Amino acid sequence: MASSTVALPRVYAERGLLSWLTTVDHKRIGILYILGAGFFALIGGLEALLIRTQLAIPNHRVLVGEAYNQVLTMHGTTMVFLVVMPVLAGLGNYVVPLMIGARDMAYPRLNAFGVWMFLLGGIFLNLSFLLGGAPDAGWFGYAPLTAKAFSKGAGIDFWILGLQLLGISSITSSINFVSTILLLRAPGLTLNRLPLFAWTTLVTAFLILFAMPSISAALFLLFLDRHLGTHFFNPAAGGDPLLWQHLFWFFGHPEVYIMILPAMGIVSEVLPVFSRKPIFGYTAVAYSSVAIGFIGFTVWAHHMFAVGLPDVVNAFFSAASMLVAVPTAIKVFNWIATIWGGSVRYRAPFLFAAAFVALFVIGGLSGLFLASVPVDWQVTDTYFVVAHFHYTLFGGSMFAIVAGIYYWFPKITGRFLDERLGRLHFALQFIGFNLTFFPMHFLGLMGMPRRIYTYAAGLGWESLNLLATIGAFILALGFVVFFVNIARSLVAGERAPDDPWDGHTLEWLTSSPPPPYNFARVPVVHSRRPAWDRKYTGNPHPRPVAEAPTAQAPVGDGPEGDSEAEPIHLPAPSLWPLILAAGLTVFALGLVTHWIFIPLGLLLFALGLARWVQQPLFPETHEASS
Amino acid sequence: MGVMLGLLTGCAAQSPSILRPVSPKGRAEADLFGFILAITAFVFIVVEALLLYAVVRFRARDPRAIPPQIHGNRALEASWTTVTALGLAVIFAMTWRTMAATSTPPADALPVKVIGHQWWWEFQYPTLGITTANELVIPVGQPLRVTVTSADVIHSFWVPQLGGKMDAIPRRENVLWLQADAEGTYYGQCAELCGASHANMRLRVHAVSREAFDRWVEAQRAPAASPTEPLAQQGYQVFMSKACVGCHAIDGTPAQGKVGPDLTHVGSRTTIAAGLLENTPENMARWLDNPSAIKPGSLMPRLGLTPQEIQALVAYLSSLK
Repeated sequence: MASSTVALPRVYAERGLLSWLTTVDHKRIGILYILGAGFFALIGGLEALLIRTQLAIPNHRVLVGEAYNQVLTMHGTTMVFLVVMPVLAGLGNYVVPLMIGARDMAYPRLNAFGVWMFLLGGIFLNLSFLLGGAPDAGWFGYAPLTAKAFSKGAGIDFWILGLQLLGISSITSSINFVSTILLLRAPGLTLNRLPLFAWTTLVTAFLILFAMPSISAALFLLFLDRHLGTHFFNPAAGGDPLLWQHLFWFFGHPEVYIMILPAMGIVSEVLPVFSRKPIFGYTAVAYSSVAIGFIGFTVWAHHMFAVGLPDVVNAFFSAASMLVAVPTAIKVFNWIATIWGGSVRYRAPFLFAAAFVALFVIGGLSGLFLASVPVDWQVTDTYFVVAHFHYTLFGGSMFAIVAGIYYWFPKITGRFLDERLGRLHFALQFIGFNLTFFPMHFLGLMGMPRRIYTYAAGLGWESLNLLATIGAFILALGFVVFFVNIARSLVAGERAPDDPWDGHTLEWLTSSPPPPYNFARVPVVHSRRPAWDRKYTGNPHPRPVAEAPTAQAPVGDGPEGDSEAEPIHLPAPSLWPLILAAGLTVFALGLVTHWIFIPLGLLLFALGLARWVQQPLFPETHEASS
Repeated sequence: MGVMLGLLTGCAAQSPSILRPVSPKGRAEADLFGFILAITAFVFIVVEALLLYAVVRFRARDPRAIPPQIHGNRALEASWTTVTALGLAVIFAMTWRTMAATSTPPADALPVKVIGHQWWWEFQYPTLGITTANELVIPVGQPLRVTVTSADVIHSFWVPQLGGKMDAIPRRENVLWLQADAEGTYYGQCAELCGASHANMRLRVHAVSREAFDRWVEAQRAPAASPTEPLAQQGYQVFMSKACVGCHAIDGTPAQGKVGPDLTHVGSRTTIAAGLLENTPENMARWLDNPSAIKPGSLMPRLGLTPQEIQALVAYLSSLK
């Protein structure tokens, strides 16, 4: 047997900075996404605390006028583009190839390029604070406030180019997800058996591919308006500021689903595992994601009910927006039915996932008010909307993301996150979140517009604003506990076995953390719960398979002693994706600061591209000696 | 929840709350809000109760226990899908009904033009030949056909108790039905991010009796009063010789600037600086001394006026009733 041992593909340094800078391993790339998003979450969170501090009392003077608008804009932009999207891309990168039994993503170098583009784009965007002022026209950047005439500084240019860089990252990573999920699934893993997190990642990737071009085009036109004297969005010269709104929201509303669908996918993985049941109504849950994706492209003008569109147009978008509630409700009912009759373990991933359902329901229901045109005329652009979308994006996406991190942390690191700190974190986050955002519904109804840096005393808004600020600090404390938990557990966390949660999907069949090649032998899939099937038999009353533990060995461990093992080809590490991404970033810097960076960026770009295409994908063949 | 509602009712008495409407449009919107609230509150209670029950009731007592593996139930799934769709259809029908009833002002409405500026409101009464700023005076019970537009960036005109908002978009004229069915002063402010002082773009609607309105119209149509007191006369001189005249109009004088608010009857307003300050001599002096200290980013520059000039200007402007 020893003579047929496959040479383990140790083709690159496994430690040290260079190994990370040149990695093309989807797992390391996933970790880079998650760490990057965590770093930007600190910045975005501090911005949120600044905002809440300013609004704690009327006529406060912590963050006034322009400065407030900068922090407000960067908070929104950061949380959307630098936190929620990349952390979901990171979890997807780490988990999806494992879930579908793939060795890596379809395009490993493109994958590396995507993560560098994200990190550098995020740094680029935040450099604006140091280089003359951050963007200040809101994350939606409505024209003509973004025109040169009203926003002279470079902030808007940083915003335009930063979002373009991040858009490149999103598009490349989406191409990769689509190809990987459609082409690299393990034998027997039909779409009808695809894990629900992979389903939502697939739908999300399509949404990004169709939505992102709209904002990319809009940003390009805006850049021309600002620098080459075109008038696409300039009403004074016959341009149309509403064109911007259509282009932006044609991206912006699908963006909402881009941020929530993978989160729903996480919840659809966590709830069944911790209830020890299959997902209730798999087909409905999977296809409701597709339905949300489709309908999501027909609702954008519900952000524009107050711009004076004709009644019939408003009615269409109102109806379409309400229609989204159907597939969403299907999911909610299916999640509850999944828990129903289960054997529920109250571990941290479950707590956050169940809270996701509870809070997302509130965000979904408040969305109905906004879909109803006459009610929207009253509550749009008020704190009611701020409450609504934080219930979907924080109570929703962020709770699910945290659930996912508690869930997959043992797989990624080989250690558990501490359960007691996890519960403390949960309590603080749940209480802090509701204290911050529930009162905002009332503030909106009481006439408080959003995006205002101050308000007068005597309008009845004082106590609820103070309450929201107190809540925000409790929420922040929850995240401090979370970060402490992560740091402590990385060093001294309880060791986790390969399958710590009695999981259902393929990632639990390999070691924790998995080897670079994921699976020594690609597993063959016979059902929707391949990992479960190796441990239990019988339906609907399963009992453990006699020798469950050995079932894992041939799949996860090294291929030593396995005569059927095939040679494993892993792509070579490459520095050039990073150089290419750096070239684009330096080029963008040249467009907003000093021209000298333009040729420098182009040079780096050309170098990266040339060397990328010259470098062979596999450094040398690693054949099995048999 | 209870605490929250208590807080809400406690505070609402002083708030420009959309749930205390005083116009037909505002009432229709509040009614629709209440209707949707009834449905969503019911759904909220049912769904959260089911979730909580499932989580509590099915907590694992034996961590090794394997429950029956249920994969789904077509009938159940079909029924909750249908019920959801029906509920939404009802909400949409009510939405359509309310929208159709409130989106267009009645035929006998008085035309008013609202123009948003960074960061103040211009109000024109085209049929009455009146231009004023930041305080809209209307006769109680009289429907208004408000044409909303902007001179620079996008703003949004909103007086919560008088009904939903309408965006003010440059080169576009949106129409809004405004009406107040009870006398009083109603607070509003800009609802679209429009720059540094978005928060400081406030307005008030004074709904007054028909007689009071007619008197107000008569007073507003008169040219500005000539200053009689020496200090006010001195203020007139300052106004006409300094930069003021380039941006502000005072009817019946050489001042015909169109950039800032019309000041012909500025003394008759209850507030200054887009509703930020009560209209008192002290506040007027503060404003004239350094506008952007009160309204960050204010397009009115610091004019470097001496205290004497400021006192004189205050006397003159306050006399413009």
